[in-house]
Amino acid sequence: MKIVVCIKQVPAKDAPLAMAEGGAWIKETDIGFEMNEPDAYALEEALRLKEKHGGEVIAVSMGPERSKQAIKEALAKGADRGIHVADERFYTLDPLGAARSIAAAIRREPGVDLILTGLQSDDQGFGQTGVLLAELLGLPHATIIMQIDVADGRMKLKRELEAGWFQWVELPLPALLSIQSGINKPRYATLKGIMAAKKKEIVSVVRAELGVDAPATQHIERIYVPHKSKKTEMLTGSPKEVAAKLVEKLRREARVL
Amino acid sequence: MKILVITEQREGNWNRASFETLSAAQQMAADAGATLVAAVVGKGVAALAGELSGFQVEEVLQIEHDLLEKYTPDGYSLAFAQVIAHEKPELVLLPHTYQVRDFAPKLAASLGKGMIADCVGCRHEAGRFVFVRQMFQGKTAVDVTFQGEPPWFASFQTGAFRADLLKPHAAGKAPVRNVNVELKPEQIRTKPLELFREAKQAVDLTQAPIIVAIGRGIKEPANIPQAQKLAALLGGELAASRPICDEGWLPMDRQIGSSGQTVAPKLYLALGISGAIQHVVGMKGSRTIVAINKDANAPIFEVADYGIVGDIFEIIPALTEELEKTKAS
Repeated sequence: MKIVVCIKQVPAKDAPLAMAEGGAWIKETDIGFEMNEPDAYALEEALRLKEKHGGEVIAVSMGPERSKQAIKEALAKGADRGIHVADERFYTLDPLGAARSIAAAIRREPGVDLILTGLQSDDQGFGQTGVLLAELLGLPHATIIMQIDVADGRMKLKRELEAGWFQWVELPLPALLSIQSGINKPRYATLKGIMAAKKKEIVSVVRAELGVDAPATQHIERIYVPHKSKKTEMLTGSPKEVAAKLVEKLRREARVL
Repeated sequence: MKILVITEQREGNWNRASFETLSAAQQMAADAGATLVAAVVGKGVAALAGELSGFQVEEVLQIEHDLLEKYTPDGYSLAFAQVIAHEKPELVLLPHTYQVRDFAPKLAASLGKGMIADCVGCRHEAGRFVFVRQMFQGKTAVDVTFQGEPPWFASFQTGAFRADLLKPHAAGKAPVRNVNVELKPEQIRTKPLELFREAKQAVDLTQAPIIVAIGRGIKEPANIPQAQKLAALLGGELAASRPICDEGWLPMDRQIGSSGQTVAPKLYLALGISGAIQHVVGMKGSRTIVAINKDANAPIFEVADYGIVGDIFEIIPALTEELEKTKAS
């Protein structure tokens, strides 16, 4: 199987965020970045499918130069090659614009059987890219996938629904799947994998040269720290003091104990 | 302006988030002087259409087809593209359910349009709607507006609007109208099979008066008994955010959030939970929320009544001791 997995690099989970001047994006200096966690599950699933059915895994990432690090991580874990769609101002794209760009890069690869994405990115969190890619590439899709069984050019999939429900669905190949977090246990890169990755190819394409620019369907007017919906009373002091204060508050003020 | 709300049902049962979106849409229509139309889709949905017509809407669209009995992204997307071409709404609103995430972006893109998804608010300002959504797992908010020509698509996060504010129809009932759509079996590439539940839910967290919930901050399974002891001492249940259940450290039926249970206990104690949107939607209705987290900027503090910035491994033992002390006295 020829599998494309879409990954994104996002600010590290504990990175302190500050708005950049102009308010269009965050300040990227002085913070760490990592592979978007939901995408790590998609990557792991791609690697397992390859191990079972043979073929190759291509990691695709759009973003600034730093995004190549996420591709390198994917290569170290076992992906065969990478495609970097370079755009320093990726954050100005709307979901459709981002998907059009990634779709254009994937279209250059003939004979792709399966495209995998994570559920959403931990930065912009559009949660639309996979479904949009499927529509733009004319592929059937299924989202929030918890199990993939491939046989005879078709897939049987376990989809998660809400409130503890699941559903089996069948799809023909080629197709696109958005993977639910928790479907597997993503592997760590081994030292051998990291060494092998150095010899693997990453092709860079400049997004602006893909010829897919179209007027945006939406515009971010402002990014800001959200207004508090509640007045939070912060309790301070030593652990012993805050514990005593909290129990007192819960008994006398909130009356829940 | 015409606003179309697409409601959601499965096997004749509503997804209740539909009513939150309808409630938001009533307010938006009032603010913008717009016409509001609600649609229900499936097969044999006349009773549901009748129920919808009891709310303050201009009319209810009933969209039925054999191929819409079971949800498929192709079927829904093709059907609504026809409905939208026929009815010409400027704005299409949907609840941000798993199903909507599965088909609505496709529907919008098939028309060359965009969608603002998972909105937590909306206001009418200078003749246009400004939508509010979250980014960076709730650490930042953004104001977003539509560009270009309609139709525009937006979905609302579960819990963002109040279904109890839904206004009944002023004249009793709105008219129900059938809208025909044409679908062929070969257009539908997904084959939907059976719906099922995993092993029975062992715990019903919705009935727990007190919940102690753990997140990534618990670090490793060896630390869970501390939280368990605290929960037992409070007479509550232990629960967790998704990553903890994904790791297999607690069973899935102890998960709170959009993919787990939605709870509203009298006390919710969040230990080392950052407060990603997916978790918060499942617990923000709790009467009293206490958050303990080492990161002072964690979004969980936005919904907390009492907050403590600190190391949970120092505070849990202190809290346990304090509770034991007060219990003894």
